Amino acid sequence: MAVLKAVKTISRLPDLSRVPAVDEVGVDERVARFQSRSIKKASKVEALKLILSMIDLTTLEGQDTPGKVRQLCQKAIHLHDALPGLPHVAAVCVYPTMVSVAKEALAGTDISVASVATAFPSGQSTLSVKLDDTRMAVAAGANEIDMVISRGAFLAGDYRYVFDEIKAVKKACGDAHLKVILETGELGTLDRVRKASVLAMHAGADFIKTSTGKIQPAATMQVTLVMLQAIRDYYHDTGRMVGMKPAGGISTSKLAVHYLVMLHETLGNAWMTPEWFRFGASSLANDVLMQLMKQSTGVYQSADYFSKD
Amino acid sequence: MATPENRLAFDGGWEYAPAPESTDHVSIEKRYGLFINGEFVAPQSGRYFDTINPATEEKLSRVAEANGADVDKAVEAARDAYRNVWSRMKPAERGKYIYRIARIIQERAREFAVLESLDGGKPIRESRDIDIPLAAAHFFYYAGWADKLEYAFPGRKPKPLGVAGQIIPWNFPMLMAAWKLAPALACGNTVVLKPAETTPLTALKLAEVIRDAGLPPGVVNIVTGAGATGAAIVEHPGVDKIAFTGSTNVGKIIQRALAGTNKKYTLELGGKAANIIFADAAIDQAVEGIVNGIFFNQGHVCCAGSRLFVQESVAAEVIAKLKERMETLIVGDPLDKNTDIGAINSKMQLEKIESYLKIGKQEGGEMYQSACRVPKQGYWCRPTIFTGVSQSSRVVQEEIFGPVLAIQTFRRFDEAITKANNTPYGLSGGIWTDKGSKIFKMTQSLRAGVVWANTFNKFDPASPFGGYKESGVGREGGLHGLDAYLKLGAQR
Repeated sequence: MAVLKAVKTISRLPDLSRVPAVDEVGVDERVARFQSRSIKKASKVEALKLILSMIDLTTLEGQDTPGKVRQLCQKAIHLHDALPGLPHVAAVCVYPTMVSVAKEALAGTDISVASVATAFPSGQSTLSVKLDDTRMAVAAGANEIDMVISRGAFLAGDYRYVFDEIKAVKKACGDAHLKVILETGELGTLDRVRKASVLAMHAGADFIKTSTGKIQPAATMQVTLVMLQAIRDYYHDTGRMVGMKPAGGISTSKLAVHYLVMLHETLGNAWMTPEWFRFGASSLANDVLMQLMKQSTGVYQSADYFSKD
Repeated sequence: MATPENRLAFDGGWEYAPAPESTDHVSIEKRYGLFINGEFVAPQSGRYFDTINPATEEKLSRVAEANGADVDKAVEAARDAYRNVWSRMKPAERGKYIYRIARIIQERAREFAVLESLDGGKPIRESRDIDIPLAAAHFFYYAGWADKLEYAFPGRKPKPLGVAGQIIPWNFPMLMAAWKLAPALACGNTVVLKPAETTPLTALKLAEVIRDAGLPPGVVNIVTGAGATGAAIVEHPGVDKIAFTGSTNVGKIIQRALAGTNKKYTLELGGKAANIIFADAAIDQAVEGIVNGIFFNQGHVCCAGSRLFVQESVAAEVIAKLKERMETLIVGDPLDKNTDIGAINSKMQLEKIESYLKIGKQEGGEMYQSACRVPKQGYWCRPTIFTGVSQSSRVVQEEIFGPVLAIQTFRRFDEAITKANNTPYGLSGGIWTDKGSKIFKMTQSLRAGVVWANTFNKFDPASPFGGYKESGVGREGGLHGLDAYLKLGAQR
């Protein structure tokens, strides 16, 4: 069995014609069912804390400076010290040029540094530039690399190119974890989202991720469900777990809890950890903190009680 | 595919805390009389029976048992109201009353939903999101037809029939009352309606709404009781039309009783619908469709997709995914907002389902049930599937009316059609494929009143519903549903 598994996980371009079709109406209905779950009391507190621990606190702007990144890292370490017993976020996500700054600011913590790479966000560059971009981020100390796929090549039907590119980036990552951003907002259909997910996993992705946050729509529950189902099928086929990261547009606790419900009912307990699920978000943390304070004190506090970095 | 080594684990991790819907706002009388001529009256029989909550086995109320004399009174009230008020009223005025009923149901939707779940065991998610909104929608829809009947049947002179006797089942108590009452009233008939003996409370609450809406006395009369009460309505000479939803057996008895009389009738009876999954279907959504087809309302659905046909090349995958999905279904307290599958409606029905589980195993079927916990008190059945069964198996042939799915495989299109049609029933069917042409070919070949494509158990007041073969006579819903309550005068 072990031999068989090893053979199966050797990365070969998968036969995408065998990827099951996706019915968008059915996906909408399933998502509505997750949203109708009522999560209260102890189960809500547990969920909110888990959400905090799954956040990749993100700043990806042209105007980013070392000062801004250091402030964000401070926030990552001190989410809300007024409330004891909180977890810290999973990672801080920055551009490659900011990795060393974040690395230094997070020294002594076990918060990871994630870096986008491969000509983020458009991915419009040559493979050699993308590989250099990746190596530079890894050399500066990034534990996780968030790459973008070449959507142009994918939409043109050149799956081989996209596949080989992911494989090459994965190799350049060395020990760093590779998250593959599909940029689902540019793929257009859930059928393509499912195909791109399968492609990325077979090429070696440790995580698959919805969006850069620069294109609308970013993460939706529909897109995330299709990707989770692809992860489940891949796990059944190969025995290898792949992580999931919806990113962009998840800014409220209520929505994040719905994502957790969906994760829980699609992939089960094993994925309910920051090791296998992340939220790419910048403003979600404070909303979760506000909800946790409400759960502990019974009243909502002013937004100004929560630090904005 | 899922193997023992790479199976997903759903149990023992994060759990949803109980989220029960409050019952404070629901008032239930200790005892209900019969609703005759606009008021609740004591039964001449002097007898009452208990109605219980099937999730707890606790008594909710006592309900009057109508005998022949009570039915006489109800029919007489309906006849008077028909002659003197309802058939003479301007159609637009009739419409106003029906709109008013619809609006009050909407306003009191939460109360109706909770009561429906208490009395019948169905999950609050369904009574809140499906049963009650659809019931209101039926009244709204038919209210609109009241003054437009001549446009529904151009060139004809539509006239009401008179007094309609309506007998409804326990699986969708409020929704079936709406299906029956709304078109009858819109067409100008008056009604004697009998709810099922295990689930009379929402119909009695509806009687309160009808009274509050100021409907003239006698236009709607609601009499409670069991089979004998129903028989008294069917056999009553003052009734012009019988509308029945229930089992095929009782339907046949009614047909015999009506033979040689001048009464019109519509019957909506049993079913054993084929849900057909082709290899090119969107598999994950098809699995959802299977779940929705058979586990909706604990499988107490006449149009449930209780026979699954899966194309052999994807059968193993579909069944593995279905089993995995079944593990995430929450069975328990119907009032909990997270419950997917509630209580079996009655002890009698639970015994019937359990007898079929035994039969299925004896016939050599392989039974699989989800591992969920069920409460100690009350009537429960875990979601169940049978594989390794065939058209010769009783669990494939007979209507179980519970959360029990019989799974078979097929190889070719025509084989699927042959097997799907190889049943005395013909109420509904489902097809799952990514190919549009296959859908059209299938809908033409399936002998069933409703065929759903890439979905299942979808209802709308504008859509006709009814059966082929032993699944029934006539159509309810939509324009077709009007026809059942009208005499159509000669072509002008």
